[in-house]
Amino acid sequence: MRGRTPWGLAVPAVAGMAFLVLPLAGLLVRAPWPTLLVRLAEPRVVEALRLSLLTATAATALCLVLGVPLAWLLARAAFPGRGLVRALVTVPLVLPPVVGGVALLLVFGRNGLAGRWFAGVFSLPFTTAGVVVAEAFVAMPFLVISVEGTLRAADLRYEEAAATLGASRWTVFRRVTLPLVAPGVTAGAVLCWARALGEFGATITFAGNFPGTTQTMPLAVYLALENDPDAAIVLSLVLLAVCVAVLAALRDRWIRA
Amino acid sequence: MRSFGRRVLGALVAPVLVAGVLATAGCANKDERTLTVFAAASLTESFGALGTAFQASHPGVKVKFNFGSSATLAQQIAQGAPADVFAAASPATMAQSKAPKSRVFARNRLEIAVPKGNPGHVAGLKDLANPSLKVALCAPQVPCGAAAVKALAAGGVTVKPVTLEQDVKATLTKVRLGEVDAALVYRTDVKAAAGAVEGIEFPEAGKAINDYPIATVPKTRQYALSREFIDLVLSDEGRRVLSGAGFTPV
Repeated sequence: MRGRTPWGLAVPAVAGMAFLVLPLAGLLVRAPWPTLLVRLAEPRVVEALRLSLLTATAATALCLVLGVPLAWLLARAAFPGRGLVRALVTVPLVLPPVVGGVALLLVFGRNGLAGRWFAGVFSLPFTTAGVVVAEAFVAMPFLVISVEGTLRAADLRYEEAAATLGASRWTVFRRVTLPLVAPGVTAGAVLCWARALGEFGATITFAGNFPGTTQTMPLAVYLALENDPDAAIVLSLVLLAVCVAVLAALRDRWIRA
Repeated sequence: MRSFGRRVLGALVAPVLVAGVLATAGCANKDERTLTVFAAASLTESFGALGTAFQASHPGVKVKFNFGSSATLAQQIAQGAPADVFAAASPATMAQSKAPKSRVFARNRLEIAVPKGNPGHVAGLKDLANPSLKVALCAPQVPCGAAAVKALAAGGVTVKPVTLEQDVKATLTKVRLGEVDAALVYRTDVKAAAGAVEGIEFPEAGKAINDYPIATVPKTRQYALSREFIDLVLSDEGRRVLSGAGFTPV
């Protein structure tokens, strides 16, 4: 497979790379470098960043707890209507996130289908927990698709061997399947985390926007754009730097392995 | 291989040619003109009606609207968005658009919007300070939020809102869905959502009147048409439509 890269692939590949990288360069060029440090220390930046990291991580944890079993069910269990379930699970991928936010309000809002039953006990909208729910709703399909794909590609013979040696299905899942698909789970979790970190529409619609409680970085960026574009660029750069740093670190440590 | 490539090429080129012919045909008809109006979200109903009237009196003219947060629209215009007329919900956002001269055509005031039946029993601005009530305000960066800050300061009321929404329509949606007990929005928005929400007037709103300026955008290619549209907004008919929507025409 050695030889020159064909022009038919090299030219569009370079164009594609430029298309993705140039807007980032635009942000770097336009950034207000002289005042950058002062702006970074602003409490609202620190607060929004802390909230973003916290909620994206919590949302990823929630997606792992619910999403890995769901992926297993889709890949391993045979039941009628599995194709339909798989299609429904990926709906949040194509649903405009704002619509997702409204849908969440209609279910978990205090007048919602489920929300009205525990209205006196606790309520999700306008809380940090609500941000986690909105982010998990939008990000979970990324995890499910990734884990399901890995499960389907995994060699079934290991699981069968464990079963013939007397392991229960739960033990097989825990001791054989999960270690086998660990790279897929990690990759899915990383995608899921990145999607949650950038989530905007469902969050602002379902959880609202209040500094310290529900105002994540993307929301802070959007509102800063209204009257202070320089602040919006600074916030975006922070989000970008954090995301690139985390993804690069994870890639080297786990995904490639 | 070659014939496949040719077929692909043909498939790609044909629509481009057709589109090109259609585009030139469109240009040939000189009477077809489009006037693009960027206007504050609170003007959606009244400007929609005025746009229909303008099209009726100007055959061959199509009025296209872009309604949204005044601050966002001002940013877009300052970045060169193809607008002919800009109507903002505050002089501050008009200034952000860098339009050289504008003129105030209407005023709007705040009202307390509550869900149907007023479950929080809100009677006036002071009630919003009640910590057991959920209150939504517009973010201070957008005109309705700036007005809310002013009105609350005038009344000496401190409110801890549960959310600061990105524009007035988003704030109203939280009331419509019953997720909050009260919100400060424009009188015109309460009127537009009549039946779904109830409005409560409060005297402190008089301290936070919003001026709505309108201007032709400097880079417009439809200067004459822009002037005519602004004249319609300022005319008796325009005043009638605006006051019907809850504005105070100037």
